[in-house]
Amino acid sequence: MIEVAVRHTRGAFSLDAAFAAEGRVTALFGRSGSGKSTLVDVIAGLVRPDHGRIVVDGVTLLDTEARLRVPVHRRRIGYVFQEARLMPHLTVRQNLLFGRWFSRDRDGGPGLAAVADLLGLAALLERRPAGLSGGERQRVAIGRALLARPRLLLMDEPLSALDEARKAEILPYVARLRDEARVPIVYVSHAVAEVARLADTVVVLDQGRVAACGPAAEVLRRGALFPGRDTAETGALLQMRVAAHDDAFGLTHLDGAPGRLTVPSLPLPAGASVRIRVRARDVLVAREAPRALSARNVLSGTVTAVTPGAGAHARVEIACGEASLVAEVTRLAVHDLALAPGLSVLAIVKSVAFDEETIGVVEI
Amino acid sequence: MTPPLFLTPDEWSALRLSLLVASVATLASLLPGLGIAYLLARREFRGRAILDGLVHLPLILPPVVTGYLLLLAFGRRGWFGPALAELGIVFSFRWTGAALACAVMGFPLMVRAMRLSFEAVDRKLEQAAGTLGAPPLAVFLIVTLPLALPGILAGAVLAFAKAMGEFGATITFVSNIPGETQTLPAAIYTLTQVPGGEAGALRLTLVSVALSMAALIASEWLARRARGRLEA
Repeated sequence: MIEVAVRHTRGAFSLDAAFAAEGRVTALFGRSGSGKSTLVDVIAGLVRPDHGRIVVDGVTLLDTEARLRVPVHRRRIGYVFQEARLMPHLTVRQNLLFGRWFSRDRDGGPGLAAVADLLGLAALLERRPAGLSGGERQRVAIGRALLARPRLLLMDEPLSALDEARKAEILPYVARLRDEARVPIVYVSHAVAEVARLADTVVVLDQGRVAACGPAAEVLRRGALFPGRDTAETGALLQMRVAAHDDAFGLTHLDGAPGRLTVPSLPLPAGASVRIRVRARDVLVAREAPRALSARNVLSGTVTAVTPGAGAHARVEIACGEASLVAEVTRLAVHDLALAPGLSVLAIVKSVAFDEETIGVVEI
Repeated sequence: MTPPLFLTPDEWSALRLSLLVASVATLASLLPGLGIAYLLARREFRGRAILDGLVHLPLILPPVVTGYLLLLAFGRRGWFGPALAELGIVFSFRWTGAALACAVMGFPLMVRAMRLSFEAVDRKLEQAAGTLGAPPLAVFLIVTLPLALPGILAGAVLAFAKAMGEFGATITFVSNIPGETQTLPAAIYTLTQVPGGEAGALRLTLVSVALSMAALIASEWLARRARGRLEA
């Protein structure tokens, strides 16, 4: 449980944000300049806010009212920075063990071997940071934070300095971290794909204020990620399970609340849990079953809401079983099909709409 | 008659004294130098500008003035002289006084180099160390100090070289007593003032040049080694 309430003014920028989050991964989402980094710096204790209160797992780290301020080094908050910030004069092993010595009077947490294994660092231990790739450095930074036995892990856009290939290399490690390390994580990002794959709770920051806060699926479905802006990045977040593989056609069938989905082949065993995002712009709406259709996913559901946008677009929310999908269609289509709450429709998604951006990682 | 390339006993004694004075001056200023350089590089406090000015004063003042001020302060009848003498510390007309004069004269050079190297250490690394649980003193010892090491060594070598060549403040403060306060430069000066001293002056000049070159090369080597560790 994390409770944060901060008021802080520096020059023209003012941050006035409060949120409470429970769950393994809380995403702080917002465009650059929205105050995300300042907020995590305040949580870590690197920035002293004018007013604030921070409680992590029942321990008060900051309370300006009560004149309480735990210094940075006693907060036990691991911080993975945008740039890895490894100590250049120490080896990977020494970097990893840096925080260990200062937390020697506490038990628990994974050991060096476990962390090196989790993050794929075993072969790098005797190297120095200058000889590592960007992705390797970031993995060392994550391991180093983890080994300091933190009560909370802050990750400030840990992937933003990396190219796409390196991002794809690290993201699974972060997901494993979430599932195996049992440390709550606050993950700062402005990438929808990262938030959709990792977060349980999403806090959306806009110009220093909290614009939305809630469970990831709900915030994504409401299209609240980009306040004041219509975007096709919104969509549904679905929890699915691998049902079967179709090796002949290179497909994987997934079962879940909305029914069966067919997606390009996933390298996962049957029964594995997977999180997928169905972008609103990838969903078609039909009133009757189309014939001879190339799209492989046709889900029947009921329209629950129709929200016309400012321009040509409209959002249609469709309940499919327990799940809820969002479709972005034109207002003209809403008119022609007479889409209205209560209407039975079919939601259609092309299998090829599912790609690396939308298919998430294994969950426990 | 001594062969022209070998040092006379007096010249050896000047060389030994200079090395002793310079070593003591450098070692004694190391800790205060580090402390003040770190304060100037990393802390905001009242009187910072005054401290900065005070440290740099010997760089700008004529050395004779610095020497005379030392005499006023630490002379036998100076402001602090009698009190220190009771504690058994005597500077006037002793080699310890020469070391004090050399330390004061070399201090600004040392602090300058150290301060620059502290300022060059990325504060983000220090912050990162803090989030890993390291208290401020540990951050200084495990992160800041090792990363600033090349500049710190350069500062120490610079102060040593300055001490080897210090003349004005030393001769004003503790005079020019062979075997006690007559350092290399003072000995060279004395030799140039007596008939037939040219050969000795030249020999000591060559020694001076050789020592300065050696100090320079040593500092380069140390700095390169320290940097090399970061790039390995």
